[in-house]
Amino acid sequence: MPDMAALAHPQQRQFNPYSENGGTILAIAGADFSVIAGDTRQSEGYSIQTRYAPKVFRLTDRAVLAVNGFAADGNMFVKKVKQRLEWYRHAHAKDMPLRAIARLIQTMLYARRFFPYYVYNILGGIEEDGTGAVYSFDPVGSYEREACRAAGAASSLVQPFLDNQIYFKNQRPAAGTSHPAHLPLPTVLSIVIDSFTSATERHIEVGDGLEMYVVLAKGRTLQGLEGIRGMQELTATEDGERVFIVRRDLKRD
Amino acid sequence: MPSASPFNGPGFDFTNQVRNAFILEKGIPLPKATSTGTTIVGCLFNGGVILGADTRATEGPIVADKNCEKIHYITESIRCCGAGTAADTEFTTASISSNMELHALSTGRQPRVVTAMTMLKQYLFRYQGHVGAALVLGGVDSTGSHLFTVAPHGSTDKLPYVTMGSGSLAAMAVFESYWKADMEREEAIALVTAAISAGIFNDLGSGSNVDVCVITAAHTEMLRNYSKPNERVEKERAYRFRPGTTAWKSEEIRKLVVSEQVTPIGGDAMDTD
Repeated sequence: MPDMAALAHPQQRQFNPYSENGGTILAIAGADFSVIAGDTRQSEGYSIQTRYAPKVFRLTDRAVLAVNGFAADGNMFVKKVKQRLEWYRHAHAKDMPLRAIARLIQTMLYARRFFPYYVYNILGGIEEDGTGAVYSFDPVGSYEREACRAAGAASSLVQPFLDNQIYFKNQRPAAGTSHPAHLPLPTVLSIVIDSFTSATERHIEVGDGLEMYVVLAKGRTLQGLEGIRGMQELTATEDGERVFIVRRDLKRD
Repeated sequence: MPSASPFNGPGFDFTNQVRNAFILEKGIPLPKATSTGTTIVGCLFNGGVILGADTRATEGPIVADKNCEKIHYITESIRCCGAGTAADTEFTTASISSNMELHALSTGRQPRVVTAMTMLKQYLFRYQGHVGAALVLGGVDSTGSHLFTVAPHGSTDKLPYVTMGSGSLAAMAVFESYWKADMEREEAIALVTAAISAGIFNDLGSGSNVDVCVITAAHTEMLRNYSKPNERVEKERAYRFRPGTTAWKSEEIRKLVVSEQVTPIGGDAMDTD
């Protein structure tokens, strides 16, 4: 028997399907390479759910996608993007170009304009003209091509550092010189590692592990990548674009 | 008794209370206080009591202090760990420490741990939880070793091992697994360190180093940074900027050294008659 007295009053129930799982991602484009990185901690509130949950995913031999925000939505979104790329491969017998993947992601995000995927996406890779590229998206599909971008929990700590070190913001060049338009690969990797170790120091949701993907344009040398500790190649052949992964430990407190 | 200051009455100043409530109503939130989203523990052992704390202070998800001190002085043989609002734990323990010293002077004896505990709980109860201090109080007095927790509303517990703060569950899991009665000093220090470490690694509100304080009837030993399991790794690059990196709009150089030459004219310079 329902409580009739309680039913006489209006009642309201709520269900919140979203959650926030911390972590940070970033990507930097070079002249003929792209670096896409993310930490591997997944948390909710003050608890660590897992110390190893990848946020960066290889889509094709020339495209890598980093996803940050609500982990369940992120994983589902990557799954759906990969599915669309597979259908494209079956229809056209080739991988989708990077700028087309970017437009696809925009369409997929905006399709959910009123029940969004609660994630920030950063797409990195090599364009058809062989240049390194980074595309960044907001949760409902607004996007632009950039040289670098940080997103997630510690984005407010990392992005100003990147603006200063990549775009040379607030730095005046020495007389008769100018700032370089693109940095060499070893420098970019060092900046990425320092970004994450520093974010780990000052943000409680960042830590445990670091995964950096490097996408190299067709026919390029390793550019000093061969000397990097823990580097591993993910692509099988050397005649197309090549994808590498570099893993590092981060502090676990 | 006259007030310490002729301008302000004793105790908290509530003059901005109505104004701040109005501002809050307009939708502007109050500034966030530094919190010690903390792991603090205490443990009795054969011959005394051991207190432990992590050293991270947070402001929301940002680490405000990587090596703060959470074990506060009450008397030489009574110490208190604080969790919650950092300012509240510091001022509450400092105030009770001051009153304990005065109490010792007026009675001519070393005050007991229960005295500190009673003063703390009565103070906190008076403020109905608005003074956000969650404490672990431990010490040795004429009646033996004692260990208490004091919650922000003023309720207290007396137990052989206690934990508090956001890392209290992680730390208590260690105590519930490995604690036993009448441990020796070294064994108890290791247990307290393990409990704090559980908080440091499994609770995001806790981090950095382990502070330990060993109190026995003979003396108190404050082992600051007893364990440092989270040293910062070396940076990959040096971030030094070339002189002249910062742009400027105008340049003006001023001479700040004033030199003067005194020339006495006629008569004796010191003749003042």
